[in-house]
Amino acid sequence: MGAGHAHRLHRPGTSRVHTLPPHTKLAAVLAFVVVVVSTPREAMWAFGLYAVLLAAVAGVARVPPGFLLRRLLIEVPFVAFAVLMPFVAQGPRTEVLGLSLSVSGLWGAWNVLAKGTLGVAASVLLAATTPLRDLLLGLQRLRLPSLLVQIATFMIRYGDLITDEMRRMRIARASRGFEARGVRHWGVLAASAGALFIRSYERGERVHLAMVSRGYTGSLPVIDEVTASRAQWSRALALPVAALAVCLLGWTL
Amino acid sequence: MHVPDGFIDAPTSAVTAVVAAGAVAVSLRGARRELDERTAPLAGLVAAFIFAVQMLNFPVAAGTSGHLLGGALAAILVGPYTGVLCVSVVLLMQGVLFADGGLSALGVNILDMAVVTTVTGYAVFRGLVLLLPRGRRSVTAASFVAALVSVPAAAVAFTLLYWIGGTTDIAIGRVATAMVGVHVLIGLGEAVITALTVAAVIAVRPDLVHGARGLRRPLRLRVGGEPVDAPEPEPAAPAARSHRAVWITGLVTSLVLAGFVSFYASAHPDGLEKIASDEGIDEKAREHAASDSPLADYGVKDVTDARVSGGLAGVIGVGATVVAGSTVFWVLHRRRRGGTSPADTTAPDA
Repeated sequence: MGAGHAHRLHRPGTSRVHTLPPHTKLAAVLAFVVVVVSTPREAMWAFGLYAVLLAAVAGVARVPPGFLLRRLLIEVPFVAFAVLMPFVAQGPRTEVLGLSLSVSGLWGAWNVLAKGTLGVAASVLLAATTPLRDLLLGLQRLRLPSLLVQIATFMIRYGDLITDEMRRMRIARASRGFEARGVRHWGVLAASAGALFIRSYERGERVHLAMVSRGYTGSLPVIDEVTASRAQWSRALALPVAALAVCLLGWTL
Repeated sequence: MHVPDGFIDAPTSAVTAVVAAGAVAVSLRGARRELDERTAPLAGLVAAFIFAVQMLNFPVAAGTSGHLLGGALAAILVGPYTGVLCVSVVLLMQGVLFADGGLSALGVNILDMAVVTTVTGYAVFRGLVLLLPRGRRSVTAASFVAALVSVPAAAVAFTLLYWIGGTTDIAIGRVATAMVGVHVLIGLGEAVITALTVAAVIAVRPDLVHGARGLRRPLRLRVGGEPVDAPEPEPAAPAARSHRAVWITGLVTSLVLAGFVSFYASAHPDGLEKIASDEGIDEKAREHAASDSPLADYGVKDVTDARVSGGLAGVIGVGATVVAGSTVFWVLHRRRRGGTSPADTTAPDA
């Protein structure tokens, strides 16, 4: 994929995390998130250790902390929800700064905040160290149905194009003096969405014909088969294994 | 509405992931039927469209704005199977690339936002299109109602999942009220936008709208000054397909739900039982006639572990239901074969 398709979250690099095969990274992140989610929420220190583990990975990958923290902002809507939890949950209540808060609600808010933040941070690290095309190859390597991977490939490949088409439509509307201010203008915007659908669908038909004329028979040839050595697997799985140890400690202590 | 990690507990997430994977597998087969070998490029482009249109902001008032979720729109424009597939791919990519929605909650997100919205939306749409008079207006009206219903349906599905595997014990009634209340409002916006968009597409390319296929008029030719209906092109015979995969998926899903998920569900009384015990209704309730049957109260007699007992009862229940259902279908099938079935009369003589 050309330079124009690099996604905003990706930070090119040559670190040891960057060069790991994509499917090992995907498996590691998925296992890590599952381990984090199954940790008991009372073991607060465990989540601190998880954060330290992720920080170590970020250090090895040379992803600056500021970049990581800015990307965590995507969580904000759920932080708002988590802040509400202590006020609406049931159970015994406690006094904090003169406010009556539910104990189980506080635990729930902590649970969602800690696990959600760690999950987002792990995904951000994965996306920051892996180019798009490699992510798709990794998904294919992890035995995702090939049709699904193809659909995802086309979505990624044409996503920027369709988004740009939408942006050009907006510029065209604006240059004709249109400004969407309220519900009354939804008709115009919906007509644009309809036009966008027709253009996308027709582009899909053209893409299909172009592919057929180049010998497409229903499956895309895999020319860059990715493989992982045992050392690479063990390096990638170091993160979830360490997390698993922390999780088991959290259950037993 | 993307659910992050840690919102739903691990066992429930695992089970929803399995169910979502099954739904996606069924949609993959279905999408091949809807789009044949054009599936990959067309579904990919439609997914890109859904992804883009979710970024289109619709100003409501005073600086606030909403955007489309797109489940019902996708189902109406390209059909339910392709719709499920497109929204699922969008969710997958949002989770992996943009960290939007937790990876462990991917199953929850797909089940909730891709499967429930799309399937509910399409079911409501189909039903209304059949009921209303044929015409473009009916299609638009049906898409309005379909989108209006699909969003609160997703909220209800989320509430159910939260009830089974939520990590905080907020009163389920409160969650349901808040979720459904907010999402009825969101659904109204979604409905207006979906209906307007479908109307815009129908005005230009009605042949592209999957839900408006019934509107196609037969081709009329003028032969010697007389208008004549052109002969319908023979529709390609649908390939005989086996229902075995669907059967096995359904059976496994029900067994998993009954045997495994019920551990986590049956610990709390259900809403009706709760209200009943709160209001003292159940004092008057007499024990059911089958209360000393071996499977009474969803547990197996003489099995002491409550979880194993509940799970076993669930599995046996599913088995019994399958046997009873299959018997009914088999009997009906036999009877229809015995009489003159419509299949016999339309079969070619050759």
